[in-house]
Amino acid sequence: MSLHRFPSKLLEESVEEFSGLPGIGKKTALRLVLHLLRQDVNDVRQFGNSIIRLKENIRYCKSCNNISDTEICEICADTGRDKSTICVVENIQDVMAIENTNQYFGIYHVLGGIISPMNGIGPDELNTDLLDEKIKKGEVKELILALSTTMEGDTTNFYLYRKYQGEDIKITTLARGVSVGDEIEYADEVTLGRSLINRTLFENNLSS
Amino acid sequence: MYLQKLSLFNFKNYTEAQFDFSKKLNCLVGNNGVGKTNLLDAIYYMSYTKSYFNPVDSQNIKHEEQYFLIKSNFSVGGKDDLITCTVQKNKNKKFSRNKKDYKKMADHIGLIPVVMVSPADSALVTEGSEQRRKFIDGVISQYDRRYLDDLISYNRALRQRNQLLKNFAREGKFNQASLELWDQQLIEPAGRIFEKRLEFVTELIPGFQAYYNSISEGKEQVGLSYRSSLHSITMDELLIANREKDRILQYTSGGIHKDDLDLRLEEYPIKKLGSQGQQKTYLLALKLAKFDFIKKQTGKTPVLLLDDIFDKFDAGRVKQIIKLISNPDYGQIFISDTHQTRLENMLGTLDVDYKVFRINDSVSEISTSDQVK
Repeated sequence: MSLHRFPSKLLEESVEEFSGLPGIGKKTALRLVLHLLRQDVNDVRQFGNSIIRLKENIRYCKSCNNISDTEICEICADTGRDKSTICVVENIQDVMAIENTNQYFGIYHVLGGIISPMNGIGPDELNTDLLDEKIKKGEVKELILALSTTMEGDTTNFYLYRKYQGEDIKITTLARGVSVGDEIEYADEVTLGRSLINRTLFENNLSS
Repeated sequence: MYLQKLSLFNFKNYTEAQFDFSKKLNCLVGNNGVGKTNLLDAIYYMSYTKSYFNPVDSQNIKHEEQYFLIKSNFSVGGKDDLITCTVQKNKNKKFSRNKKDYKKMADHIGLIPVVMVSPADSALVTEGSEQRRKFIDGVISQYDRRYLDDLISYNRALRQRNQLLKNFAREGKFNQASLELWDQQLIEPAGRIFEKRLEFVTELIPGFQAYYNSISEGKEQVGLSYRSSLHSITMDELLIANREKDRILQYTSGGIHKDDLDLRLEEYPIKKLGSQGQQKTYLLALKLAKFDFIKKQTGKTPVLLLDDIFDKFDAGRVKQIIKLISNPDYGQIFISDTHQTRLENMLGTLDVDYKVFRINDSVSEISTSDQVK
């Protein structure tokens, strides 16, 4: 099947739009478009409108930079949460992942990216202004760096550490070690090595 | 450890072929283009899970066929190991040991050490420094996983740093703190990679010189040394010293990615001075030194593959090579040659177990040491 020639200009335009989305190629785009074409016109209108509404009405939390419907997101607005502990993450997916653990009761700060010159992201492109303000006001006691354990994540951690090391706050990072349910013989050497160096008291395992 | 049996299906020019090998010396004779080198490459595949010559797996499938299969029986410490590799067009390569598929090819590499000596090695002398770094990295990363991880990290940080330098130039700005973030990522792996390379080359040199002297019967003096900026300065200092230069060039001008091996004959670069025969002697000595190194590191005797080895050597050197490899320090050896008489003359002087395979459209065994005795 050649995807260079479409029998309809309208069809071609829609396919072009869909194939601009991440992870979507021309063939998948065509399948999605044809699917929508078979749907009831009201369903399609609802689909289209929800995307327009999303883009027009979404806001970014004025406290943590997370995606939100309101000026201050639900998490930041929650009076039960510890505002002096801030977990620094890359994006909203990471916020959702940490929320799902049910182990965290502080608030977040969403950077919106990690340092990677190849993706055109330098330290200036990170959203740290809101965090700077909070730290300057002395509201923060602990900063938990929860970025991906890639080289770019490490580099960003190092950048944040250098930026805030003079302040009177504790800077911590997620433990790196053997995953729950892993068999030791299959763990990779680097992870296993770090787990040994950062081994924990057995008593601590009992309490959690 | 040795290769007992090998079966090929649709591998390069072979439609179907089976071989039963001698545990010591195997000679492959035949004209150009009959598949002597391809047979050696199939053995190489069993060790490195890829071709010595063509990195694209599917291009090793016989023309107009859909797949190739290599099956091999190795005897490792008295036990049988069945190693197979299947490559199908548009599918992932399957590599298995005793009918169990490997998840990662890297898990197999190192199990069956093989050293290949091929006319293609001349790239080590004639091509750029990248070839020589590959030679070093290929040996070390086989037994040192940490080294491979360090190399991957280093190269990734290097790409990011180079991109950052280009971004600076494009945007007409410079941010030292931002650059230092990537310097930090380079420093640690660079230090460890340097140490490992130094250790490897230092260990390689005496064996290499001994081999060269014995093949050339002491006619020439050869030198081998590891060239790196890190001999005199740390990576940390090097990055600082080169900062302005890097900024102008828009790439990282110094580091272990610029390391090289100096290959010398009588104190001059062998690339310029050496004859073809001398260059070939040099490369053979280097490969045999690598053989010894792997043997020492792993405790296993690698299988030695000698492709078209006697070409360009004078009679004296051929005699010395034969004397060398008949030494019991070597395990199983495969030699390919186009001259049957040259090979037979050579075999007449040896007292080892051997088999000769005449390779043409249909493979046949023509003689073995048992028949002669």
